[in-house]
Amino acid sequence: MSDLPQSFLAALEELDQLRADALFRLALADRAPIEAVEQLIVPALEAIGRGWDEGRTALSQVYVAGRFCERLVSGVFPAGIEAGGERPRTAIVVLNDYHFLGKRIVSAVLRASGIAVLDYGRMDVDELVSRVAADRLEVLLISVLMLPAALQVGALTAALRARDLPVRVAVGGAPFHFDAELWREVGAHAMGRTAGDAPGIVRALLEEGR
Amino acid sequence: MNSMQRCLAALAHQEPDRVPLFLLATLHGARELGMPIAEYFSAAEHVVEGQLRLFRKYRGDCLYAFFYAAIEAEAWGGSTHFRADGPPACGEPVIGSASLIDRLDPPAIDDAPGLLRVIETIRRLSDFAGDRVPVIGVAISPFSLPVMQMGFAAYLDLIHDDRARFEQLMRVNEEFTVSWANAQLAAGATAICYFDPLSAASVIPPALYRQTGRRVARRTLARITGPTATHLASGRALPIMGDLADTGTLAVGVSALEDLRVLKAAAGDRVALLGNLNGVEMRRWTPVRAEAEVRRAIAGAARGGGFILSDNHGEIPWQVADQVLMAIGDAVERWGRYPLDWIPSAARAG
Repeated sequence: MSDLPQSFLAALEELDQLRADALFRLALADRAPIEAVEQLIVPALEAIGRGWDEGRTALSQVYVAGRFCERLVSGVFPAGIEAGGERPRTAIVVLNDYHFLGKRIVSAVLRASGIAVLDYGRMDVDELVSRVAADRLEVLLISVLMLPAALQVGALTAALRARDLPVRVAVGGAPFHFDAELWREVGAHAMGRTAGDAPGIVRALLEEGR
Repeated sequence: MNSMQRCLAALAHQEPDRVPLFLLATLHGARELGMPIAEYFSAAEHVVEGQLRLFRKYRGDCLYAFFYAAIEAEAWGGSTHFRADGPPACGEPVIGSASLIDRLDPPAIDDAPGLLRVIETIRRLSDFAGDRVPVIGVAISPFSLPVMQMGFAAYLDLIHDDRARFEQLMRVNEEFTVSWANAQLAAGATAICYFDPLSAASVIPPALYRQTGRRVARRTLARITGPTATHLASGRALPIMGDLADTGTLAVGVSALEDLRVLKAAAGDRVALLGNLNGVEMRRWTPVRAEAEVRRAIAGAARGGGFILSDNHGEIPWQVADQVLMAIGDAVERWGRYPLDWIPSAARAG
């Protein structure tokens, strides 16, 4: 049973959903659901994300693994792990861009890791600032593909500071991958190189803000 | 040597007089003409004038007839969002449900106003270039086109969950891509850049590529009646370099995330390399940094020919300053002259 996490990871990497499903059920036989999620799903998604960053796995594997784990988690927590009736203070958005795959992958990884997240879809800066204020957000995740959208994050963080909103901003996407200094330049608090980084970043930023 | 001779020698894995430079600037043409990007791409004469000005200014070795990727999606009924500071983006997917694939037909090139503007641009650029300068056309691969037709996530779902419909979509798309590429060649394009970012090893696993994108590329490139270069638009090529060479492509556009020396060793003389200046970082480069990056790239891959210096994405970002692009041209003149004796022997052997 000690190699269960490794076997689960291997099944995900091979996109063998039947085997991954069986291994997750096996884990549930002697673990609480939250333990199975934390011991199998979270490390597996982090490892797959790291593999992508290092050129060992592909984006499609990250996407399919995230989609599949999201289903597994919703099977054991139909209403969401943290659902206690309180509205989430974390949101994800595509800023002035038209590419949604990154947001979808990160959302799946977060939900599979037990983190509730509001999906803002696509917004421009003014609309986003209003929503951040109305929802009293603590963490905002921004997914971009194109460089102009990444640069728009700078306008957003300036507008958030101007309104003195305490939200912490994390960014991810191709421009930040190709320019390691860009996330600081645009005033973000954190940058995720892969979707697997997202749960740790959200937890750390929530902690920082409290 | 003129630009055409220089490129032909490099693609034949021989050493030309200097390293060929493909500065694949598209949006900068609008800046040269002092007009908004949407207006610039609305007429062939704008793009012709823009390309000719950029060619003279930056001293590259090709004329680039690429407008923007979504112009192909427009032919399928899609829309384009223009912005003031970057490449136009594709609007809502035209294939909203996978079942629509069952009755999908390829659009005719002659019915697509955007594609006809590209064709007219190629005709005029070709008239200027004669056989002295290559005119590069672009076709999105049938395998990558569905990212615009369906949206990325829906397309990945199709590949994994509905292989029969995936194959049907490839059949339809292949007809379109072959017609589109051959129309550009007939109009005077010297070669076709086959944009295939989905095939990159950073996007799908090599094993899946061999079952999908490689097969599509082999069928498609065999029917394109001129030379082709495959561009992965910043995606990783190394794990599939041999497979890419097997498709019949002459060159591969490679990523700044990969080491040119390693890529060169993998490519050998089977396929030339095009790359790999980091277009995103280029925004912050100084002329000194630009020169250093040119030297790095030339040292990594230019010995023995088989190398064209370019950015790693196939499109220079709008935010990149003129002085950086001019510095790249200067650096190629200074450091790109063969026999490249300034490269340390260890690097040459590598």
